[in-house]
Amino acid sequence: MTTYSTTGKTNWWKEPIESVELIWIGLVVVWGLIMTFMMPYWHVVGKQNLSNESYKTKPEVYLKKAEAMVSEHTVRTIGQQELPVVAPPVGSDVYLVARLWEWWPALELKKGQSYRLHLSSLDWQHGFSLQPENINLQIVPGYETVVTITPTTSGELSVVCNEYCGIGHHNMIGKIFVTE
Amino acid sequence: MATNNNFRTCPDTGLQFHRPAETLMKVNAVAGVVCMLIGGIMGLGVGLTRWPAVHFLPADAFYLALTSHGINILIFWLIFFEVAVLYFCSSTLLRCRLATPRWGWASFALMVIGAVMNNVAVLQGRSSVMMTSYAPMSADPMFYLGLILFAVGALIACFIFLGTLVIAKAEKTYEGSISLVTFGALTAAIIAIFTIASGAIILIPTFLWSIGYINSIDGLMYRVIWWAMGHSSQQINVAAHIAVWYAIVGVAFGAKPLSEKVSRFAFLLYILFLQLASAHHLLVDPGISSEWKIFNTSYAMYLAVMASMIHGLTVPGAMEAAQRKRGLNKGLFEWLRKAPWGNPTFSATILSLVIFGFLGGISGVMMGTEQLNLIIHNTLYVPGHFHATVAAGTTLAFMGLTYWLLPVLFRRKLILPGLAKWQPYLFGLGVTGMSLFMMAAGTLGVPRRHWDMSFSGAALQHDFPATAFTMMALNGMSAVLAVVGGGLFILLVVGSLLLGKKLGEDEKLPEAIIAEPVSDYHGIGIGRVSIPGTLTLALIFLTVFVLYYFVNWKYLGQTWGLS
Repeated sequence: MTTYSTTGKTNWWKEPIESVELIWIGLVVVWGLIMTFMMPYWHVVGKQNLSNESYKTKPEVYLKKAEAMVSEHTVRTIGQQELPVVAPPVGSDVYLVARLWEWWPALELKKGQSYRLHLSSLDWQHGFSLQPENINLQIVPGYETVVTITPTTSGELSVVCNEYCGIGHHNMIGKIFVTE
Repeated sequence: MATNNNFRTCPDTGLQFHRPAETLMKVNAVAGVVCMLIGGIMGLGVGLTRWPAVHFLPADAFYLALTSHGINILIFWLIFFEVAVLYFCSSTLLRCRLATPRWGWASFALMVIGAVMNNVAVLQGRSSVMMTSYAPMSADPMFYLGLILFAVGALIACFIFLGTLVIAKAEKTYEGSISLVTFGALTAAIIAIFTIASGAIILIPTFLWSIGYINSIDGLMYRVIWWAMGHSSQQINVAAHIAVWYAIVGVAFGAKPLSEKVSRFAFLLYILFLQLASAHHLLVDPGISSEWKIFNTSYAMYLAVMASMIHGLTVPGAMEAAQRKRGLNKGLFEWLRKAPWGNPTFSATILSLVIFGFLGGISGVMMGTEQLNLIIHNTLYVPGHFHATVAAGTTLAFMGLTYWLLPVLFRRKLILPGLAKWQPYLFGLGVTGMSLFMMAAGTLGVPRRHWDMSFSGAALQHDFPATAFTMMALNGMSAVLAVVGGGLFILLVVGSLLLGKKLGEDEKLPEAIIAEPVSDYHGIGIGRVSIPGTLTLALIFLTVFVLYYFVNWKYLGQTWGLS
């Protein structure tokens, strides 16, 4: 009887289990329980958890909210496209629009303060990838994600798109400035 | 059917081949290798383009090549080969005629038509949507239709496999239970049926949407159902290649499982829990609760991870036990040192096992942890993970099996055996490099599926750290190495099929290619531990796993606060 042959079969169900296998299974079960425990544990003590807050939305509805924020809180523009830079009040709702192929507008936040960041796409799926922090979120059209963010570093950060979205995908960069 | 009881017995192995089944195994395996060739060439283009100093392809060609690479390797190569494995594990291992060979040909025809149709759609350039084809981005209708036809063909093959098991049982071609290897193949077939059903549920509406019969496809619904196919199809690979591991330690060492109960139970855990892993693609998606994510990505408390870790112990454990029983019982590792390292069937299998476990397995658990996914999702870490699981794990195992099948199934002698000795190491080293360097680049934030990490044409700029560029150059070099290794495999196999010495039906090879079965494992090992070498390796593995797990939590703890 080998692993592949069917001749000379004994009643395998009654064979004893090797002691090494039992030791290993015991270790693996304990490790699995520790890993299972870590996720809810981090929800309690960790500072990096996604809220479960999200809404169904429509592109035009979402864009309107972002436009209202931009017209009220724009402080300057950057680049040849004159991308508005918005400095929203601390703790307010901040709307970032993903569309082919830009992140609109740029944001200016204060270090150590919290903001309710809303994310949605007006067209295809996009990937919010904040660099160099390396925080990555999936953006799906028709859905609005809300996550409370608290910058802990300052300077100029980039939002890279990391979900393939067609031929302009690699040029889709946004900016988040964090002031002390 | 007059020809349906037509068998030949392999003079070297004593295996009985049902002739119609044998032909079907051959054509499916060959079709798989052809897809691997296309996918490999495309992969070379991808690897060279992402090497910043080379930046080989223009953007549109890069995205086309990446789409083609993903589909040809992850779907077509693997599933064609798995159909051959299913027929082998049912008809050949159970010494039974294959159920309905005519349907086998229908299945093969549908799969070929589907694969060709999909490839044509991608090459025409209107379907550069990546393997995932996330709606609402749309591809040519032929793209979806090709995948649907291919899936229907594969589904038929699964039912032929099940039908053959029924016939074998009814005609009493074997005693007792089906063998462990066939049991593993059965696991793969059951997962395949689930996978294909999920694929039908999402791809058929998407096809109808692409030709205008349905107004819209919800992006999130698409993701949830598509991944029930997309990741589950990789679980078919896992179950199939682990069945192949067991088969190869069986033929190469005459090994029997340490205990059948444990190994079979581990396969059963796959059926029950492995598909939950699909959820790890949705960990940073909107609209999905933390409870759902935690339950699913822990595969209900890491039960499927446990299954893989059991196989990771029992496969090398069975090999160690058989080697020790043959007299290589000294010290911790004599059994391993004196293993046939120059035999490509063996070396490919052991490399598959080690790379799959250390790189693929550990990184997979990282990505599948709810919060850790925040620092990994859609970065190059992800392809780093699955090159270790699929390119190293599954493809290397299938390469190993192919070397063994050349004389047994195809009745041809391997050409250039001196080169074949090196092939698994070349390919394994290349894939290991790619996997490690992509994971490193991903940890530094480099996105996957991205043409230009230097953002030369963008309105705004971002500078990735210089180390990330170095990692991508090293990844490019590793990709070249892997393509050379993969190309050598195709050359050796196709060369042997065309030019290798033909073996007559009763002509025995000079050297034995199947080991005498070991009867029992009494009196081996050190003290009361029968497989101390494997246990040591397993404990090293667990230590690496635990350390790396907590390193990632530390990385996560340093990022911005999110709540």
